[in-house]
Amino acid sequence: MEEKDLVIIGGGPAGLCAAISARKKGIDVLIIDENLRPGGQLFKQIHRFFGSKEHMAGVRGFVIGEKLLKEVKELGVEVWLNSIAYGIFKDKVIGVIKDGKNILVKAKSIIISTGATENPLSFPNWTLPGVMGAGACQTMINIHRVLPGKKVLMIGSGNVGLIVSYQLLQAGAEVVGVVEIMPKIGGYLVHAAKIKRFGVPIYLSTTILEGVGKEEIEGAIICPVDENFKPIIKKKKYIEVDLICIAVGLTPLNELLYQAGCLFTYKGYLGGMVALHNENMETTVENIFVAGDCSGIEEASTAMEEGKLAGISVAEKIRGKKWEDEKDQIRKRLDDFRIGTFGEKRKLSKEEIVREYYERVKTW
Amino acid sequence: MKELKLGEKTYLNKISFPSFERIKKGSVAIIECIEDIPCNPCETICKFGAIKVGFPITSLPILDEEKCTGCGKCIPICPGLAIFVLNYNFSEKDCLLTIPYEFLPLPKEGEKVKCLDRDGKYICEGKIVKVIQPERNNMTALVSFAFPKKYYNKVRSFKK
Repeated sequence: MEEKDLVIIGGGPAGLCAAISARKKGIDVLIIDENLRPGGQLFKQIHRFFGSKEHMAGVRGFVIGEKLLKEVKELGVEVWLNSIAYGIFKDKVIGVIKDGKNILVKAKSIIISTGATENPLSFPNWTLPGVMGAGACQTMINIHRVLPGKKVLMIGSGNVGLIVSYQLLQAGAEVVGVVEIMPKIGGYLVHAAKIKRFGVPIYLSTTILEGVGKEEIEGAIICPVDENFKPIIKKKKYIEVDLICIAVGLTPLNELLYQAGCLFTYKGYLGGMVALHNENMETTVENIFVAGDCSGIEEASTAMEEGKLAGISVAEKIRGKKWEDEKDQIRKRLDDFRIGTFGEKRKLSKEEIVREYYERVKTW
Repeated sequence: MKELKLGEKTYLNKISFPSFERIKKGSVAIIECIEDIPCNPCETICKFGAIKVGFPITSLPILDEEKCTGCGKCIPICPGLAIFVLNYNFSEKDCLLTIPYEFLPLPKEGEKVKCLDRDGKYICEGKIVKVIQPERNNMTALVSFAFPKKYYNKVRSFKK
């Protein structure tokens, strides 16, 4: 059986940053990723990121991805692609299907940075071709350069829905509308303004009733809702579309953390059930760490900082050293990002997670 | 169906919109950023110190209209594509608006376009005056287009 100091499961922004930070502190690192290229969602992020200079603000996501991959390569981090980590067993043995073969890897420490999965939304005919997650659509247009539809209806006005709508315009599609069930948009107004000024309507207090079509989506019926979110059926309207994109949030992808025996808590603002962790990103199972969206849905910018924090914390334990100053700077950058109307609730939820970690670890 | 509308009132009294006296003096930045997003590259890039975000970085950018030269460096760095530069004195009749433009094919200088407001509604005819290629600004083109002065606070976009 192969033995490693640190195995990172998931080579997205959190995993790559964790690998770089740990490798720089002299730790042998293996990244396991199920895709053919690491980088997670970064390579489909063709827009510029928010933040400050330290967060690489104003830089496009895929440019950050290229920079991280270069660094990972230069530092000699081992990366297994096309490899699925399917289980974490006793004594941190990880089961991996690598290029179709079953391999067991034993790790001193594990960082789980598996990201998130898109939430589905069911309505009549949602299983027809022409209904897909906004993230899937974004992968198709920005990575594979395939336009999955010409006339698109976007369900959900969070940042994903708004950004993907803009990128669909860039890819040459017509976005016939964004539908939002709440009375106001979920994402940033600047992202809404970007599509509004090219004529994309954003319907508030509106929902989708059904997809229309026989073999594939040919249209959709949308309908305003009352204050109790009940559709006002007599006001329903048919619109012709060939693609319905679903952007109704993300859920942390945390099966491996469950399997490893980590304790969980429910945090609605972070997308659902998340593993408890301390201020070093260590879960309730010693030497299993968590970082990025699988520890609570946020953004690539925070995922990268959490990854760094986890990577340094692993190095501290293995090397028996302390890098408190460096960790404090990372925590400060995380705090800088978790403020304002959009960030404050996530910050409070994250603080609760750490508090609950200590309460539960004590009584466990 | 209820629609999100982004008329002038959305931004009224919420942004540090340059005074009309300053606008009449020539090129100046217009920053339509009214939410507490943690973001400050506009402040970092301005070498004249004309944009202040300060601490915390969720503060709204404040424009010092006297320091702003309308150079436009802040346009392509804004992740929200929320900064424009207005030259009210472009000609006797027309003002000139420079916007970040991320669509292909790029318009050609001299091309006639339809000017749109913040909701994408047609306002008037306009003409492309200048196109700065995307390579210069990390893949964001800057497009300057002219239209009648009276729409200086209405027009924010165009279509071919």
